[in-house]
Amino acid sequence: MEFSMIQWLAEPGLTHFLIVSAILFSLGLMAILSKRNVIMVLMGVELILNSANINMIAFSRFTDLGLDGQMIGLFVIIIAAAEAAVALAIVLNIYNRFRSINLDEISLLKG
Amino acid sequence: MELTTILFYFFSIATIGAAAVMVFSKNIVHSAFALMFSLIGVASLYVLLYADFIAATQLLVYVGGILILILFGVMLTTQGRSFDYKTITVNLVPASILSLGVAALLIFVFVKTDWMISEVAEPDQTIYDLGMLLMGDYVLPFIIAGVLLLIAIIGAILMATRLSSQSIKNENIE
Repeated sequence: MEFSMIQWLAEPGLTHFLIVSAILFSLGLMAILSKRNVIMVLMGVELILNSANINMIAFSRFTDLGLDGQMIGLFVIIIAAAEAAVALAIVLNIYNRFRSINLDEISLLKG
Repeated sequence: MELTTILFYFFSIATIGAAAVMVFSKNIVHSAFALMFSLIGVASLYVLLYADFIAATQLLVYVGGILILILFGVMLTTQGRSFDYKTITVNLVPASILSLGVAALLIFVFVKTDWMISEVAEPDQTIYDLGMLLMGDYVLPFIIAGVLLLIAIIGAILMATRLSSQSIKNENIE
């Protein structure tokens, strides 16, 4: 039993990469939930997008998916770039209007 | 122990450690630099997965583009000199319980599932095949992504210029 565990650890396969991406996902979720700075929340979103991308490319390496997985990863990177640009423009507008980027103080839509 | 195994553990520990520093650091500039090391680690994991073009794109777009944007955002939204780049952390206990639960659930599912693993031949380079796919099967998503980037650029410029003209108008009124 112990020997097989060591053997499993010594040969990184699909599951190892998936576990790395799961830990990155939970760290990004932690940043989104516990931080009150808009820019920290954006960084958490970037971390989650990266963990999804690791999944796509690991599947393209280890299964029959082939290069389609890398293609999806490429489009995820493109959309992340567009998202970061627009989100930071919105953050600058919010800062101009409220003089704060604390998420708890931006509650104008709360009714 | 093979070299690939050692490199995999080195890069994955570097990635996860830098991401943990990013999440738990109090200083937002430290967080941004830790995010840079985490993204570089992810790019090296892509290299280990035979995705050379995606790794280069990751370095160019994330480390060269998005991270610089985030640093500009940090610099443009700091409040005077008294604001020393601190971030407020709330809900620490529920957030850690929820993310630990999500991590445990995901790892359990990933370990227990019987993946259909097939042996793929090591490609020399992927950039030729990726280019053929982009101009073949994926030409419509490729064009739509181009239009999306154009719209994002126009929208970002529109918001940023409206911001500066508004402040000029306010100064004139005052």
